[in-house]
Amino acid sequence: MSGPVVTRSTRASRFAMVIAGLAIIVLATAPWWAGRAEIRLMGEIYLYLSLACLWNLMAGYAGLVSVGQQAYVGFGGYMLFALTIFGGLNPIVAIVLGALLAAALSVPIAALIFRLKGAYFAIGTWVIAEVFRLSFAQVQSLGGGSGISLPVAIVKEIGARKAAREANSYWLALGAAVLVIGAVYLFLRSRRGLALTAIRDSETAASGLGIDIWRTKLEVYVVTSAFTAIIGGLIFLQKLRISPDAAFSVNDWTAFVIFIVVIGGIGTLEGPIIGTLLFFALREVLADFGTIYLLVLGLVAIVVMLKAPKGVWGLIRDRFDLELFPLSYRVRKDKE
Amino acid sequence: MIEWTNAIIQGVLLGGLYALFAAGLSLIFGVMRLVNIAHGDLIILAAYMGLSTTILLGVHPFVALIVVIPAMALLGYVLQRGILNHTLGPDILPPLLVTFGLSVILQNALLEIYTADPRKLPGGAIETASVDLGGITLGVLPLLTFGIAVAVIAGLQFMFYRTSLGRGFRAVSDNQDIAQLMGLNKAHVFGLAMALALAVVAIAGILLGMRTSFDPAIGGGRLIFGFEAVIIGGLGNLWGTLAGGVILGVAQTIGAKIDPGYQILAGHIAFLIVLAVRPNGLFPRVEH
Repeated sequence: MSGPVVTRSTRASRFAMVIAGLAIIVLATAPWWAGRAEIRLMGEIYLYLSLACLWNLMAGYAGLVSVGQQAYVGFGGYMLFALTIFGGLNPIVAIVLGALLAAALSVPIAALIFRLKGAYFAIGTWVIAEVFRLSFAQVQSLGGGSGISLPVAIVKEIGARKAAREANSYWLALGAAVLVIGAVYLFLRSRRGLALTAIRDSETAASGLGIDIWRTKLEVYVVTSAFTAIIGGLIFLQKLRISPDAAFSVNDWTAFVIFIVVIGGIGTLEGPIIGTLLFFALREVLADFGTIYLLVLGLVAIVVMLKAPKGVWGLIRDRFDLELFPLSYRVRKDKE
Repeated sequence: MIEWTNAIIQGVLLGGLYALFAAGLSLIFGVMRLVNIAHGDLIILAAYMGLSTTILLGVHPFVALIVVIPAMALLGYVLQRGILNHTLGPDILPPLLVTFGLSVILQNALLEIYTADPRKLPGGAIETASVDLGGITLGVLPLLTFGIAVAVIAGLQFMFYRTSLGRGFRAVSDNQDIAQLMGLNKAHVFGLAMALALAVVAIAGILLGMRTSFDPAIGGGRLIFGFEAVIIGGLGNLWGTLAGGVILGVAQTIGAKIDPGYQILAGHIAFLIVLAVRPNGLFPRVEH
């Protein structure tokens, strides 16, 4: 039988999946071959990668440009502390429960801020994050404005000894990154992902095809909030200390993430991965220069946005017609 | 009772400052649908420019306005023609991300030059001067700030509806392409709008710097106050923006009266309530 066939996967994408699978296995063994500093750095990379994928899903696909995701990072972090200290829960259980609470909280928040359009939505999300920061600063039992450390007994639940604890938080971070990328990938391949991609390309046309735009965006916002809270919990499980300013920092949890996605390539799955690697490479190179590093980062992001709005991955994809995560459909002549 | 009256009046006066934060934001959005995330950092930049001018020339901050207003206006024009005009289009992402990048650059440049130490503009006698009104003491500086805010908004209103420049602004706001066909150079008109917005930012920055201490990190907070004043008042209505600033200021001083920790939070909550009850703001512009 011959004739044109429609497929999603390509040779490059199948090859990439095999490489990714091997890479995950190799990375999972890192605690046995990498040093402590590398383990910490790699754990941080996975968590930033997850935040970047989540922000990209919101901004790049659902058109929800938020500068307030630190609300959920901080909320997830604070729930870890509150639920373990006062609820006596296991840290992992606390993080998962924190994510469910974040999802529940994000529904009324969405009902409010979805009334704001475009860029005003962005600042609205920032207001929400500030409300979170100021509210948690009022909770004296969580250390008020100066913050609180995770009690030793709870820290020991992650691992009795330091090496075991660091390995466990490393695996949690790696697992979270794989989970987030996998979930976003499967979501985008699903029927709902198709609806989302249609909204990205044209809201008017998508609405004409019967897609409930408000509902689709709400689903993305709620799911992203829950996952962001999980990542927040894991971030502060690594740090072992939380304060309102660190938990709800717009620079750490939103500015960097936005730069990662923009530089890597917004609206693609590969973009955040490339962006995260470039971001950490730049950070390691410029680490000794303090604030200069942030100046350079801001400049790079502006230049990329103006000169190559599709980011580094956009350039590669246009040049080589490459797609590592097979999301689009291709028509091909059947060889058989 | 007199304490609460006092808190409300202080809040009204504080609202004048917030209206000044908001006026530039409102103008820019009205003319070119641009939301400038770096707006708050530009206010802080103006305050630092005022600081350098007062130190270098040994003049009062109000005199420094003679330097800071033209400098900020020029910066606005160059910024608009050089960078921001290239981001405008149907997609909202480029202007948002570019001004976000600009915000990070400004913050860190100020940090590099002036360090993180809080600074204040030396206002001299006017900082402590006050007038007594039947048991309520009003600071001269807050009164003056409110007066300037009213004057600036009246001036912008006049400019918008009574001058040829304002006609140009309204024309590009209504339809950029047709305005271009009528002989307006929209790139230039946008440049002028940003220049005017940053001239207002210069005034806001100097008044902020005389009222409280400032450091490079507080720009984001000022952007949020300005934004809240715009949304509470209703998009596209300058007098509404003043009312929005006043409501925000009163909410904050009442919150602070209950507990100093609630000052900023009370302002945000007032904003969220307005958003829940009147999503288009209290005084939205009537669509013609």
